[in-house]
Amino acid sequence: MITITDVTKSYGDETVLGPVTGQIAKGGVTSLVGPNGAGKSTLMTIIGRLLEPSEGSVTVGGLDVQAAKSRDLAQMMSILRQENHITARLTVRELVAFGRFPHSQGRLTDEDHRHVDLALDFLGLGPLAERFLDQLSGGQRQRAFVAMVLAQDTEYVLLDEPLNNLDMKHAVLMMRRLRDAADELGKTIVIIVHDINVAAAYSDRIIAMRDGTIAYSGTAAEIMRSDILSEVFDTPIEVHELAGRPIAVFDPMAQSVTHDAVRTDEESAVASV
Amino acid sequence: MIPTTTRRILLTATVVGVGALVVASLLVGGYDISLLGLLTDPAQREMFLISRVPRTLALVFAAVAMSISGVIMQMITQNKFVEPTTAGTAQWAGLGLLVGLILIPGASPIVKMVLACLFAFVGTGIFLAVLRRLASRSSIIVPLVGIMLGAVVGAATTYLANSFGLLQSLASWRSGGFSNIVRGFYEPLWIVSIIAVLAFVVADRFTVAGLGKDLATNAGVNYDRIVLLGVTMVALATGVTTVVVGFIPFLGLVVPNLVSMVLGDDLRKNLPWVAVVGVGLLLACDLIGRLIVAPMEIPASVVMGAIGAALFIAIVLRQRRSVYA
Ligand SMILES: Nc1ncnc2c1ncn2[C@@H]1O[C@H](COP(=O)(O)OP(=O)(O)OP(=O)(O)O)[C@@H](O)[C@H]1O
Ligand SMILES: [Mg+2]
Repeated sequence: MITITDVTKSYGDETVLGPVTGQIAKGGVTSLVGPNGAGKSTLMTIIGRLLEPSEGSVTVGGLDVQAAKSRDLAQMMSILRQENHITARLTVRELVAFGRFPHSQGRLTDEDHRHVDLALDFLGLGPLAERFLDQLSGGQRQRAFVAMVLAQDTEYVLLDEPLNNLDMKHAVLMMRRLRDAADELGKTIVIIVHDINVAAAYSDRIIAMRDGTIAYSGTAAEIMRSDILSEVFDTPIEVHELAGRPIAVFDPMAQSVTHDAVRTDEESAVASV
Repeated sequence: MIPTTTRRILLTATVVGVGALVVASLLVGGYDISLLGLLTDPAQREMFLISRVPRTLALVFAAVAMSISGVIMQMITQNKFVEPTTAGTAQWAGLGLLVGLILIPGASPIVKMVLACLFAFVGTGIFLAVLRRLASRSSIIVPLVGIMLGAVVGAATTYLANSFGLLQSLASWRSGGFSNIVRGFYEPLWIVSIIAVLAFVVADRFTVAGLGKDLATNAGVNYDRIVLLGVTMVALATGVTTVVVGFIPFLGLVVPNLVSMVLGDDLRKNLPWVAVVGVGLLLACDLIGRLIVAPMEIPASVVMGAIGAALFIAIVLRQRRSVYA
């Protein structure tokens, strides 16, 4: 279980997150959704101990992420940020093998090699395994990073926009893989996704964030409602039933009512210039 | 990507070539030494052991020190253009050496080395601290910052040396010569072998650090600790090399980049090659310097500066063409 207690994050006097309190139960797929700047990545990187919260604390599987030993955490939780630039020139296989580092400290065992091959296979990277990362397309590189995290084989997996740069086929494949990992291997998967329909189709729970706080959370059915989505995304959104699933669609004709009515400070500042 | 067979040929050629350079470095010089003479003539053997062997060993150690330092710094800064002379590390070591000369006239080489290493350590720390505050960490800004810091330190060193009448020692230090290296003088460089072995042992950690702080943390590695270890090793290697040999520009920059083009940056795999290619390049520079104006000598670092600058430009141009995101 992931527990978040009174977590806030401020830069200067600006509080961009929180206070957030909540829990993410063990097992299953949880999606974090919300508009740009809602604080999704901030919350996830704090959970993944890549960012220090200004206040509050987070535990993952009973370990306090700020206090626990990094290696112990790395064996239990993996996190992939929204953007990953690496200057080191590595092959896909070398990169994925570093996912095994918390377990093997660099001396790969047969077990490690098995996990690396499995992860490469999982993301369809077999034919690209010996290529250097700078010789891949954006989507292929993204898959390599996800493969690295999956090779880590941790109980908790946090992925910030893993579908970035992926075409529809690979996006669906990746979501299915993550779903399988949750169902068959009992992993706890937390992902940030922008496509609300993808979130609804593949996740057990959805956490909708807005303005640095959790606005709504619940099952896909509970969140997939026109009023909730329109409010969270500040855009008129309708939810229709299609093939037995709720599908959110935006209305291209509707005026963006709320956008004009509720302006953020930043926008009014721009408007008044 | 370079095909496996081509790569194998390239690597074999490298080993053979560097081996030949070692032999050449041992045999070439003002005093005639031949393989036959070594076996039969005790005077030749004596000369060989007093001057030739130390000189070649010093070249080997200095090359290993600078190229491994370069690759470590490139990993911990995630920047391909950083090395001891573009990060100011070597300039700080020089300042430390000079401060030693001023404060403790007639100081033993060990004292000078300790000071040089300490200054190199502090200076590299300052460079990294500046980097942390830098908004842009673009590949070219980072070494520019280092070169600027190095230039300031270098200017301060010159000023100090001038004030204390030590400009001449400074000039000989800056020219990085191997001509006056003899037995009893180069031995501190053996510490480089310890650093090299340690670098092999922790190679994986440096590669993980090279993925950046976040991915390293995700892999359960204490990033700051690896950076500290790296800086310590670089400061030691650079400090000792600076005191014994002097300033060897570009080696730590050019060599890791050349090796990276063929083998990538997985240190476990490429570190031996970084060392071997570094040795080959410095030996070649030294030989060129000895041969073209024989019986005089151009210091190896001067030749290195010319060749290194040309290679550096070639690497920069090549990088611009590649598909870096
Ligand atoms: N280093 C920083 N300094 C100041 N403000 C920051 C910093 N990092 C993030 N923010 C602000 O924090 C807020 C939340 O950012 P965050 O990255 O968590 O958003 P997000 O929900 O992940 O958005 P997106 O969907 O665009 O990825 C944003 O308003 C952002 O401008
Ligand atoms: Mg984000």
